[in-house]
Amino acid sequence: MMNNLSVEHLTGIKDLTAEDIELIFKTADSFKEVINRPIKKVPSLRDITIANLFFENSTRTKLSFELAEKRLSADIVNFSASGSSVKKGETLVDTVNNILSMKVDLVVMRHPNPGAASFLSKKIGAKVINAGDGTHEHPTQALLDSYSIREKLGSVKGKKVVIVGDILHSRVALSNIYCLQKQGAEVMVCGPLNLIPKNMKDLGVKVSNNLKEALEWCDVANMLRIQLERQDETFFPSLREYAMLFGLNKEILDSLSKKIVVMHPGPINRGVEITSDVADSDQSIILQQVENGVAIRMAVIYLLASQIER
Amino acid sequence: MEKQVILNEKHLELTLKRLCHELIETHNDFSETVIIGLQPRGVHVVQRIKEQLQNILKKEVTCGTLDITFFRDDFRRRETPLIPSVTNIDFSIENKKIVLVDDVLFTGRTIRSGLDALLSFGRPKGVELLVLVDRRFRRDLPIEANYVGKAVDTLLSERVSVEWAEIEGQDKIVLYSKENDE
Repeated sequence: MMNNLSVEHLTGIKDLTAEDIELIFKTADSFKEVINRPIKKVPSLRDITIANLFFENSTRTKLSFELAEKRLSADIVNFSASGSSVKKGETLVDTVNNILSMKVDLVVMRHPNPGAASFLSKKIGAKVINAGDGTHEHPTQALLDSYSIREKLGSVKGKKVVIVGDILHSRVALSNIYCLQKQGAEVMVCGPLNLIPKNMKDLGVKVSNNLKEALEWCDVANMLRIQLERQDETFFPSLREYAMLFGLNKEILDSLSKKIVVMHPGPINRGVEITSDVADSDQSIILQQVENGVAIRMAVIYLLASQIER
Repeated sequence: MEKQVILNEKHLELTLKRLCHELIETHNDFSETVIIGLQPRGVHVVQRIKEQLQNILKKEVTCGTLDITFFRDDFRRRETPLIPSVTNIDFSIENKKIVLVDDVLFTGRTIRSGLDALLSFGRPKGVELLVLVDRRFRRDLPIEANYVGKAVDTLLSERVSVEWAEIEGQDKIVLYSKENDE
């Protein structure tokens, strides 16, 4: 097995190999054990400084990254776009270079523009981890989703996963499709047809607009959040209609011929894409996903930091 | 590469037996003591010691494994990063006497990391160190073992390898040296 990632930055799952993903998972196994110790901290990254740059709102991803960095003993600085000089007209590269001149080794960035992380990785000397770039990719979320499936079902290979909801605006969906396929899983997307991009078939992804049919097919259902903030125009008549057609409730879940695993990247709109009784049921692994998120992010940061020259 | 057997199968077995009796002298019936093997190679030593102790004491001896990868002092100083192994300490070490076990004691840096890693699990009453081979006079840190299988004088360029039937095919301890090294 390889001991090193084939990439220098984590800008998207698209650039990773299956071996990279396996290495991240194997490392995350160890970190998951670490974060369940009485003292949940290791000293590995004592001499590494990390900047968390959030040009877009985030609660759990930011929290999860911050916790992962602290558990690794890294020094961290936080930056959010509101109340910064971005509002005064500074460019992205200038902002980041200013922060880097304070000797930062690694940058975790969320940005509203697709491709922002990849662009930045070519312009600066520090490592870059993409924490979500617009509607493009959210690699650590996809990794923690696959890791949670692996933990629950033993492996990802050969499993059938359906991603339900707004695929068009979802970076979680795209990263998940790449991640699952690289590990040999079958992927289907399900949602209103105007929220499914045309190129899905080119990616080898099945498409359905019938929730019941999709759920009968799958082993795992990943229920995406309806991203109201990304919808400039109306894609469906009402939230109530969406919930009726594509919301996962206990009735549908119990009518299936097998017990499927239910996932959600959060934050949940209870009663829209998933009902409370499903979200809190024993088939849901939503909270395990959150715990695994810290372990996965520790693994990614650790592996990238190990490439930083002294 | 020249090869010299330091301990053969029979002597290694005798040494393990002696170490077990030394342990019993100090720790009696092991009711207050747990044994923790350092990953990756200390774990095999623990396996043998556990079998022997249980044979002599006729009771279960609590053992665990500890990985120290994240506590090493050479992170980013190595050519290739190390892949961590499994840590399995499913018992409390609070107020317990601990015997830390590794196969070879060389610079002492592994043991230093091991002590750090161990303290993440609580505050033990005391920690002792057992090693099969002590490469004398080669320490970078002020660390010594309480129980030593065999002390050997070695050159820096030499390598000591503790080999086991289940992995290498035979129980023995071997010293490898480059041929024209003086």
